[in-house]
Amino acid sequence: MVKPVMNAQTSHPDIDMDDVQGLVRFGHGHLSESAFLLLAIRDPGAAREWLAQTPVTSARSQSRLPELAVQVAFTASGLGALGVAQSTLMAFSEAFTTGMSGDENLSRRLGDTGSNHPRHWRWGGAAANTPHVLLMIYTLPGKLGDYLQQMLASNFAAAFEVQHTLHATSPGPEEPFGFVDGISQPMIDWKQSMRNDPRARDHYNNLLAPGEVLLGYPNEYGLYTDRPLLHPSEAPGSQLLPTAIDQPLQKDLGRNGSYVVLRQLLQDVPAFWRFIDEQSGSDAGRRDQLAAAMVGRRRDGTPLATLATRPIAGLQADNVFNFDDDPRGRQCPLGAHIRRANPRTGDFPPGVNSAVKRLLRTVGFDRENAAEDLIAASRFHRILRRGRAFGSRLTPEQALSKPPLQEAQEERGLYFVCLGANIARQFEFVQNAWIVNAKFAGLPTESDPLLGNREPLASGAATNCFSQPRAGEPAHCVHDLPQFVTVCGGAYFFMPGLRALTFILQQK
Amino acid sequence: MTPQSTFMITATIGHDRLDELRTLLATMNSAPGFANPRNTLIPYWQFNNLHVARFTILQANTNEDIRSHGVPPEIWRPALCFIGDIDGDPETFLAEMVIRAEPGLRRIFSFCEGFDPGTDLLEWLVRHSHRPDANYVNWRGRTVQQIREESVLSQVLASEIRSLLAANGNHPNARQLWHRLQQFMQEEVAAGRSSLTAPAPTPIMWRIRDLLHLVLIPLAALCLAPLIVLALPFYLRRLRQLELSDPENALRADPAHLQALSAQEDIDVTNQFNVFGQIKPGRLRLFTIRLGLLLLDYVARHIYTRGYLTRIQTIHFARWVLIDNNRRVFFASNYDGSAGSYMDDFINKVAWGLNLVFSNGVGYPRTHWLLKAGARNEMKYKHTLRRNQLPSESWYKAYPDLTAIDLARNSRIRQLLERDNPSDQELQEWLSLL
Repeated sequence: MVKPVMNAQTSHPDIDMDDVQGLVRFGHGHLSESAFLLLAIRDPGAAREWLAQTPVTSARSQSRLPELAVQVAFTASGLGALGVAQSTLMAFSEAFTTGMSGDENLSRRLGDTGSNHPRHWRWGGAAANTPHVLLMIYTLPGKLGDYLQQMLASNFAAAFEVQHTLHATSPGPEEPFGFVDGISQPMIDWKQSMRNDPRARDHYNNLLAPGEVLLGYPNEYGLYTDRPLLHPSEAPGSQLLPTAIDQPLQKDLGRNGSYVVLRQLLQDVPAFWRFIDEQSGSDAGRRDQLAAAMVGRRRDGTPLATLATRPIAGLQADNVFNFDDDPRGRQCPLGAHIRRANPRTGDFPPGVNSAVKRLLRTVGFDRENAAEDLIAASRFHRILRRGRAFGSRLTPEQALSKPPLQEAQEERGLYFVCLGANIARQFEFVQNAWIVNAKFAGLPTESDPLLGNREPLASGAATNCFSQPRAGEPAHCVHDLPQFVTVCGGAYFFMPGLRALTFILQQK
Repeated sequence: MTPQSTFMITATIGHDRLDELRTLLATMNSAPGFANPRNTLIPYWQFNNLHVARFTILQANTNEDIRSHGVPPEIWRPALCFIGDIDGDPETFLAEMVIRAEPGLRRIFSFCEGFDPGTDLLEWLVRHSHRPDANYVNWRGRTVQQIREESVLSQVLASEIRSLLAANGNHPNARQLWHRLQQFMQEEVAAGRSSLTAPAPTPIMWRIRDLLHLVLIPLAALCLAPLIVLALPFYLRRLRQLELSDPENALRADPAHLQALSAQEDIDVTNQFNVFGQIKPGRLRLFTIRLGLLLLDYVARHIYTRGYLTRIQTIHFARWVLIDNNRRVFFASNYDGSAGSYMDDFINKVAWGLNLVFSNGVGYPRTHWLLKAGARNEMKYKHTLRRNQLPSESWYKAYPDLTAIDLARNSRIRQLLERDNPSDQELQEWLSLL
């Protein structure tokens, strides 16, 4: 039995990085070539054998950067195909076992309606084209082809059918629309040094409890997220699993594992820049201004919100900001993409400084910040992004060139990847309550300017506008936004810890 | 001001008639659980004083849970529950409903026991009515008519101001704009294209009752104060004992049950929510929940009447009703956003308030001194809530696409438009709302 090592200060067990898959800790940025393989299991025996001999990259820091990283994750049907017992599967979260598609109600909540509907997806939209296994391969430049060839030459073909190979482009600073991306990520509090006291969380900070990303550790509530726990006497082979920290008699199949959300997003870059160009009368300055308002950052990544004068834990350099000084969205519109994706609010936005104030706020008597209080406690809805872009790069200038360039027609977009321990409270919440929600932060009716599907509300109210609040005058509204982003594939996966992977591969 | 009130009619459903009744109620809907205002049973579209209404079948899905306390469950037969939130008093409303919807109501209630073709419908409805033990109204005095008029107003003003600003090269200042739009609205109203009805006088009897309620309850508490002080240590000791020993629910909701709930969520921007659970055995728990509901009802009636209930600004209407000889509690609400964000909002903002009332329900996650922990135990709380949640057969809301925040904004726009001499600051605020 592996005994958890206790961290002296907090009595939390240290996180065993040898058992965590590398992607949880690293983006593998230097491994600029990558492909995500969506696999169906042909022969479970061969699949087990192949996976067992594949060196899966752990999160341990190495003195030399690795030349290759391989990560493995499974859908619920994939775990079933490998022989994981139904009762064990059902102990994973409801969101994971249900999956991203196949439930109209979930699709409605995620904005996967209209042209985003799973029936149009290339993969993951139906049981038949939902992969069992996600194999993520990252190599040094120029090495991916060789690796894939070598891999396919082994007994791989007997084990798996490759449903899709998602080839990513080498990660540049910019996402396909041309904005510097990947600036902001939650900083995982690996040392678990944060006090589990809600009173310490009135103000926003960027630290995140490991249990928000990894199963088997305390989350932001100081509690353990549901995951399969196995009794050693009832589950043969489970002795090799880590012990459940909260229930020492049980083995923890979830510990050091994480859920992975993968969505393939097509980004219509020419349509985006043409629309912005039309709205700004082809004036370059106004064009940049409108595009920046929609994103919440300028193309070079500079936030529209002013930088905070005081440090914010877990944030550095140009990313040290929140929206506390801009409650009405006059610097950064309330509906701007980055403000929706992470409103950067504490538990009592914009923070309370005395016990009396806290009490008054708690019972609702202090109304000064009532509007900001609509979107409170962002910390429960954070995601760790590990996405990569695909398709050729098209600058805004190229996107606007007349006559249109040949390459403008090519497909490009993002393989959106995010990690978390609670799909429903993290990815689904962010997508539903913040991105898609036409009433986000009390806005009259508009959804995310980049990601919105432009579907009207139930009684016909249009959501295809974007408003920029102004002091002392009506908000400037842009109307009739076309759809810029279309979902064309997606699934939920479980990325097990390495001991859990070994256990899974021993199931029959 | 026209005060809001509620109605709630419940009746046991006849043996073996449940499925048929469900089928009938589903004919009212345009989407799962979502009423078409022009359905053939209850012509909701004809009512200009009905905010929200729903038909729910009260089923004790978690009836067996009370066995964890060593108590055998009481039999509960499925009952039909018809509730609504209205402007004015329920007696007048029920009479109006009988006039407008008698055939439909008769068809629906014919599935209930003790209802036959000869029954006097109005008398039967009154006899089967329940008053809530606690009731919350987002904004006291805001009528359906007002909501609809103000919604039109804000749309008309928003488009008029944009055409004014687009037409005028030199921007008129805020006060000029305000004057211009005030004049514009007067013309609209005069031409009959819009209306802005003045509030009706507050019924004098309501005002007297409200005042008595305001004064008498604290007065009673004051009189009982010495007794309370004496009893408090014993109460707290026993409460703490129970908190440490009461069993918690360890089950997740059944996936099929979750699907049934989920199918009717997020069709409008507002959702309906029902919880039907059992109260823990013993007098202390019943006493605690009754006291909690009394307090809740008092503050909802006298303090939280202007768009918020403590930190929650997304509830339109909510009620708590003890039924079945105080063995069970029914909670029904209308809230903005998805169920996930509703639950998270509650956990993160008012766990203490939830705990005060619902910790007296069977299966609720363990509390510390009544207010702490409990709902902060996120996953246990969500599982327990979902297990005790019920779908509605048919739910109606008079102002689709509008959230409580929208309604407050529209009212503010009107209020500032009708102001005699607004300050510069108010004018700035007004413009930014449009």
